[in-house]
Amino acid sequence: MNPLFLAVDVPPISHVTIWGNGPLGLNKTIIIYGLATLATILVFLLGTSKKKLVPSGIFQNTAESGVAFVRNQVILSTMGPEGLPYLPYLTALFFFIFFSNITEILPAVQFPANARFAMPMTLALATWVIFNVVGVVKQGPGHYLKNSLIPPGVPSFLLVLVVPIEFISTFLVRPFSLMVRLFANMLAGHLILVTFATLTAALFAKSFTIVIFPFSFALLVAMTGFEILVSFLQAFIFAILTAVYIGGSMHPEH
Amino acid sequence: MALLHLLAQAAVDNNKGLTAIGRGIVYGGAAIGPGIGIGLVVGNAITAMARQPESAGTVRTIMFLGIAFTEALALFGFVLAFIISG
Repeated sequence: MNPLFLAVDVPPISHVTIWGNGPLGLNKTIIIYGLATLATILVFLLGTSKKKLVPSGIFQNTAESGVAFVRNQVILSTMGPEGLPYLPYLTALFFFIFFSNITEILPAVQFPANARFAMPMTLALATWVIFNVVGVVKQGPGHYLKNSLIPPGVPSFLLVLVVPIEFISTFLVRPFSLMVRLFANMLAGHLILVTFATLTAALFAKSFTIVIFPFSFALLVAMTGFEILVSFLQAFIFAILTAVYIGGSMHPEH
Repeated sequence: MALLHLLAQAAVDNNKGLTAIGRGIVYGGAAIGPGIGIGLVVGNAITAMARQPESAGTVRTIMFLGIAFTEALALFGFVLAFIISG
């Protein structure tokens, strides 16, 4: 990373609409998101520019195995073959979230851009708009509202109670929990890594505390490995939940 | 007047302490249920995979879905702990 990146601030959690201190009002999260976007574009541009029957090179392998992973694990296991038109959106979502999460353990960056909730909120809103539009287009507005608000087999006197709960859980809690899941997981992982890193640095002193230093260091290494898993898993879960919501508004439960 | 000032100062300090305790209680309380829930989800998924290893792929996908839904409640508590301010 160049010195410009180090001089730019990490925004506080409460700053959502305030510009950063870098040139053009940039802050660290925006730079990381730019790099993640660039990485996503590069993987697919370079991976598909010189296509070979037997994949060779890191870009074509990454692109092909990524697309196959999203196709098999995310779409076919939740939506079936009808969900295949959403493959480009879900693949882009998966790769973008993964690349902006993995900076958590990248040396010299070590900050997951999704630990600030502006971009998780935007992605969750995009998913919310898509599954609502799909529901309205595939089922018609009246049917979609009826199918998503009234679960099958509910006695009519319970509808007073069930309809508000279903409304809140479908239209309000879904995007909110999508946002909070990604944001809070990355923030918590980052806090754990920071805690153990500062603890390791503090214990590495010329005193008796150096006896406990190896434990803290070993846990730091272990948590770093665990965070690779978490950043992959969160991208996967975001994509698969988007697929489940879109599939749910394509096929009403009878 | 000085006593009043001191009392107000003490009240402010007390509030800070109470906020910290409240944050701890909020996150700790919110983590109990999801902890049990994720344990149930993963335990049953392992049982299912051990009984029918050929269905392990499907079970794993559904297990992650279940974990994601259960874990959301604990994360709400985590975020609420940040929101609480005294």
